[in-house]
Amino acid sequence: MVNERVMEKLGILADAAKYDVSCSSALSKRENKNKGLGNAKGYGICHAYTEDGRCVSLLKILLTNHCIFDCAYCVSRKSNDIKRAAFTVQEVVDLTIGFYRRNYIEGLFLSSGIFDNADYTMERLVRIAKKLRLEHNFNGYIHLKAIPGASDELLKEAGLYADRLSVNVEMPTEQSLKLLAPDKNHVDVINPMKYLKNEIIGYKEEKKLNYKAPLFAPAGQSTQMVIGATQESDLEILGMADYFYQQMNMKRVYYSGYVPISYDNRLPAIGTPVPMIRENRLYQADWLVRYYGFNVNEIVGFNQPNLDLDIDPKLGWALRNLNQFPVDINTADLELIKRIPGIGYLSATKIVASRKFKKLMPDDLQKMGIAYSRAKYFLAFATPFQLQKDLTSVQIKDHILNSQKSKYKNDFSNQLALF
Amino acid sequence: MTEVIYDATYEGWLTAVFEIYEYKYADIVFAKKETSGTLLFANTHLAVTDVAKAKRVLDGLKKRLSAEGISNLYNAFLSEEPQIEETMLQFARYVLANSKNVEEDFSNDAIRNLRKAARLTGKESHRMEAFVRFKLTKDKLYYAIIEPDCDVLPLIENHFKKRYADQYWLIYDVKRKYGIYYDLEKVSVVELQFNPESLSTKHLTEICDENEEFFQNLWRHYFKSVNIESRKNMKLHIQHMPKRYWKHLIEKIPNANN
Repeated sequence: MVNERVMEKLGILADAAKYDVSCSSALSKRENKNKGLGNAKGYGICHAYTEDGRCVSLLKILLTNHCIFDCAYCVSRKSNDIKRAAFTVQEVVDLTIGFYRRNYIEGLFLSSGIFDNADYTMERLVRIAKKLRLEHNFNGYIHLKAIPGASDELLKEAGLYADRLSVNVEMPTEQSLKLLAPDKNHVDVINPMKYLKNEIIGYKEEKKLNYKAPLFAPAGQSTQMVIGATQESDLEILGMADYFYQQMNMKRVYYSGYVPISYDNRLPAIGTPVPMIRENRLYQADWLVRYYGFNVNEIVGFNQPNLDLDIDPKLGWALRNLNQFPVDINTADLELIKRIPGIGYLSATKIVASRKFKKLMPDDLQKMGIAYSRAKYFLAFATPFQLQKDLTSVQIKDHILNSQKSKYKNDFSNQLALF
Repeated sequence: MTEVIYDATYEGWLTAVFEIYEYKYADIVFAKKETSGTLLFANTHLAVTDVAKAKRVLDGLKKRLSAEGISNLYNAFLSEEPQIEETMLQFARYVLANSKNVEEDFSNDAIRNLRKAARLTGKESHRMEAFVRFKLTKDKLYYAIIEPDCDVLPLIENHFKKRYADQYWLIYDVKRKYGIYYDLEKVSVVELQFNPESLSTKHLTEICDENEEFFQNLWRHYFKSVNIESRKNMKLHIQHMPKRYWKHLIEKIPNANN
């Protein structure tokens, strides 16, 4: 490698890739066999955390930031006056192996601007993954971007070498996409997702019958939506996410708070704060749907299309549904306990396990580490419930907001304080 | 109050538990062989490690605990928290006093305290799987230095063996003065004398592979380039990468040459 040039390219192409939030390296099933290099079986590992607190698990780069498209929200858009660069196939392979052997990363996340056409770009991405797998016996994690418009044959080949594939929907609605990326439409994004979904299911079935069958994107597919660049409500965003989970078998939908990077007047001006709290609330809602048995309609609806910023969505739901409380944690089902504000997934399972030994009292819960100051308004114990039963939801909300020290307290309309 | 002296090994602790039951000692303070010297306590008991006794205690525990419960006990031992032996004894007493498995009785202090200690070790061994930074030497050895709070090497050995099956590597714990070394076949425990001077930049450039410094600089450059300045959140950054680990993290050590 010619050192200075590679160093410069890495700076440019890592910087351009960083707005893609996915950095997951979990859920794959690739094992190291025949004394090769690497292992991507099981849990993900975050090797470092940047100063913005985000995890660095993969070498996340673009193959090139040359692009024929002019999407307003993207740093690599054609009309943007920035330095352009492109890696060679060999450079990406050398970087990945060099970083992986030093235990800096779990693998590679490779995306790209579209140069020439979709197939030409996709073919390069696939070639890199293939080279890593076949020539270097590399079993680390590989996440490839599926380029919208690429042929099915190339997508299929990509699936055979990659652990995860993703197509970014970028904008939650067709309308916004048309506004900001006139060259694109939703169909181009949905089609490869559908194709991948069917292939993933097909290969999984085959694997059940024949354990020697090849892996096909064993960590599934994911997508990303940019939040706050356009006018969508949380109802529209979460509705779209739900569609991806239900219809496309997505493993993850990522929400990326828009970081202003353009003077384009269709977009929030440079200097507008990143909507980090909203992004956080969307992730909380996403978790409620995937792990806590909530339906999207319980969290947002036509009468309240946006999530509260000052309280989390589970507390919001509980305050709107006080008739479901108090819950007796000594007898209630796990599913109901998971719905109590201040009690997370793990605490709920702990409660259900330990109540077999004795009746749990408030101080037991406190010792077990639940957020008791929040949960207490929703709990009933075997002994008469001492706390103010007849508080209205507004009163409970006030009590909770006043008693807890929220990290967002100083400023819960737009941004975290800068340090 | 009885002071029970053992040899600081896990088998030693298990032997001590056997003898505590044998002699029906009630109030126990543990001491490791090398640290105990002055006779602070009237009664002292020296437990000499005995594999058969250790096995009987472990078997008794295995009968009443899940595999996870057993590994939690061992992980708690590796945490090296203050008074961990006493915490473990309380746990063992509670477990042995019951005929059925009580490991999920989270309202019990002994159960919770043991789990807490086990989690410390578990968390840190996961961290070390992440924070080990190998450097390549001229003779193709990938080596890394760590300084963890808990004794995690026994727990991370397998992970590195599976992952780096085709390269020679050494992970050395400077705090406990031993390391694990992989020779493409098996992992063995090594003890070596590390001269602090051997960590100086000058010495390192002498023994390192010619590309080593370049890769370190690439990594630093990458680490800086993926940060989004307008989302800066140092509190979160430090929460995930506590400062005590920075000393051995390439991306947190400024490059000496620029």
